[in-house]
Amino acid sequence: MNKNRRTFVKLAGLAAAGLAVAPKAMASSGGHSPVKVNANAVHAKHWAMVIDTTKLHNEEKIAKLSEVCHSIHNVPHIEGPKEVKWLWSDSYGHTFPEQENPHLAEEVHHRFFPLLCNHCEEPPCVRVCPTKATYKRPDGIVAMDYHRCIGCRYCMAGCPYGSRSFNWGEPRKNLDLAKLNPEFPTRMRGVVEKCNFCVERLAVGKQPACVEASEGAIVFGDLRDPDSEVRQVLRERFTIRRKPTAGTEPSVYYII
Amino acid sequence: MKMQNGFPIIVGLLIFLGLLCAPFAIGKVVTKEYKQPELKLPAGEKECIESKEFMREKHMQLLNDWRDWALRDGKRTYTNHKGKEFTISLQNTCMKCHTNKADFCDKCHTDAGVSPYCWDCHIQPEGLK
Amino acid sequence: MLELALKGSKRYWMWISFLMVLIGIGALAYVNQLVMGLETTGMSRDVSWGFYISQLTYLVGLAASGVMIVLPNYFHGYKANKHMVIFGEFMAIAACIMCLLFVVVDIGQPSRMMNMFLHPTPNSVLFWDAMVINGYLFLNLFVGWTCLTADRANLSHPKWLKPFIYISIIWAFSIHTVTAFLYQGLPGRHYWLTAILAARFLASAFCAGPAILTLVMLVTERVTTFKMPKNALKTLVKIIAYAMCVNMFFFALEVFTAFYSNMPGHMHPLVYLFAGVHGHHELVGLMWTFIGFAAISITLLVTPKLRNNMKLLPWTLVILVIATWLDKGLGLLIGGFNPTPFGTITPYWPTGKELLVSMMIYALGALIVTVLFKVATEVKQEMGHSQALPCGCSTEDMCECAPAEEEAEVAPAEA
Repeated sequence: MNKNRRTFVKLAGLAAAGLAVAPKAMASSGGHSPVKVNANAVHAKHWAMVIDTTKLHNEEKIAKLSEVCHSIHNVPHIEGPKEVKWLWSDSYGHTFPEQENPHLAEEVHHRFFPLLCNHCEEPPCVRVCPTKATYKRPDGIVAMDYHRCIGCRYCMAGCPYGSRSFNWGEPRKNLDLAKLNPEFPTRMRGVVEKCNFCVERLAVGKQPACVEASEGAIVFGDLRDPDSEVRQVLRERFTIRRKPTAGTEPSVYYII
Repeated sequence: MKMQNGFPIIVGLLIFLGLLCAPFAIGKVVTKEYKQPELKLPAGEKECIESKEFMREKHMQLLNDWRDWALRDGKRTYTNHKGKEFTISLQNTCMKCHTNKADFCDKCHTDAGVSPYCWDCHIQPEGLK
Repeated sequence: MLELALKGSKRYWMWISFLMVLIGIGALAYVNQLVMGLETTGMSRDVSWGFYISQLTYLVGLAASGVMIVLPNYFHGYKANKHMVIFGEFMAIAACIMCLLFVVVDIGQPSRMMNMFLHPTPNSVLFWDAMVINGYLFLNLFVGWTCLTADRANLSHPKWLKPFIYISIIWAFSIHTVTAFLYQGLPGRHYWLTAILAARFLASAFCAGPAILTLVMLVTERVTTFKMPKNALKTLVKIIAYAMCVNMFFFALEVFTAFYSNMPGHMHPLVYLFAGVHGHHELVGLMWTFIGFAAISITLLVTPKLRNNMKLLPWTLVILVIATWLDKGLGLLIGGFNPTPFGTITPYWPTGKELLVSMMIYALGALIVTVLFKVATEVKQEMGHSQALPCGCSTEDMCECAPAEEEAEVAPAEA
């Protein structure tokens, strides 16, 4: 009697396992993929940004760019340590903490610098994300899939630049609902967000919003194209990047 | 054969069946006759991304596919079964015609008792209060 | 066998009810967190992991600790540990469940938890951490339950179980190594970016874990007829002593590297924790308490007379647990995130709600330990294994007071 019951339970278990696997096996007989890139999108092998901090050098100017970025992306405005920010300004010591020198030129010492996600070539955040919610696109942009993010914040621990923000509470509580950009979503609470190099604007042939609003202080283009504007600027001016020893190869260059 | 503890078991089973069927019974009493929701259809366009039958059955799957194609793959132009091209976007394509979530999407979703979490992030065209 | 946990004394049920009340209160705080989001915690943009993840880290150490009883028994035939093994395994089950719960309460979108399994990402250490903790949980459940069932039926342990037991011993080392890898591969966090972090984790796990287990076993001895064999307890305490020495030695190594090299990235977190930086001294008192308590517990543990003093032992172990908890439960996380990538300090302290949710998880762990240990001790009592004798020894000890048992039986009859 016991042996029959055991056999039954074993068979039932196998059947259940089979039922669980079957739909997946059937679904993978793929369908058509009727999608392509937008006709008027801009393309690059590796998007990069060069910021001329001699032109973009004080809090007011950078705040203007933050305002543009945050308003078109519906970034909530929160005071205090739980803030969310994609683009902001800070001092030399906080932007380049490993490149300090006590006798820095006065003017540079008092300058403010714009900080944002560096869209690294070797991003530690992508390496640590357990669900591939943050991933590197073929064009070098480190993107966020808010639908998949589980909010574990490992990417925030992994980022050596502090570029990422988490939605600790409902972001819509801290947004002026009358001034939302209806063409772009907000995020929900419990997901991480950061600068996305305006992928939605690149897809329709526009430049990132901060670049457009910077009146030439920020140059944006393809690092792999030797004739692009970014490459020209990089050839002519001396640039540094944040935390060069971290092995991240950031794509944001600063002209000092 | 006499069932051990038969009386409590049968009574318990009857109570359980009663609890199980209660929602259906109550529903029938409250809603004497179910009327299909009246959707406000878009004013200008007569053709959606795909046919009505396709959308009724598969709009959830299409939106899921769209989400991954647009965001993860970077491919934002969709060609439908008739060869017409659309930009993939819930807010800027779907909701350009279906200009009111409450009058369209919610009508069926409320009746079916589903609350898709799209709108936690995506902004409905009539705006948020 | 679970039915053994359903019959107990009044004290047993009062303890269970007390735990249920704690769980209920904590659950209210957790529901509030689910509704409001993680803004109810003290975490911030700069300190994005806090109390929950630090408790996960500490408890993975507790889960790995059972191996200090299992390994001598199976790899070296140390039979004194034979009846202790089940308690190590059951403690590991409770610890693993608590670890997983601390992850669940920490993530921002718990309804999407399964994304970790639906979209496996082998390059992410967090994915592997989830795999190995779950794996260790199931291994211990499987091995522990099978062995206890066999014991109860007076059968020898099935031979096919041996490979699983050997795997679980290796797995125990891996769960804490993987948890350390969560931290030690991050390029921006200099307090964690050290090869010795995994070794430190293991060392502190092997002193703190068995210490907690011993404390729980001492309580178990008071409320049941179970009694640890003297040699098993002595060996375990010796292991705790060595592990604590290694743990503090590794810490001293860190201090040397940081201050002899004079490199700011290495020094600043330690300076923040132990001296304060930019006017922030929040953790200084606690960190020096850790050092002080560590010194006291090591002194009490390496001195044989003090180590074997059963009246002193619980206090020694409590001091050790507090020391390791301050180091791994508080210092590790806060020192890792401070100074921030900008070189600033953002203080962190858990909020009341955060502590209530943590209390809920600890109470749940205590409940699991209570139920499982009840089952195990009932079986041991049924089988007459490792029971307390009136002279104070265990039935597993080869003590000479066994004859004294007969006199003790005679005396009450006369009186």
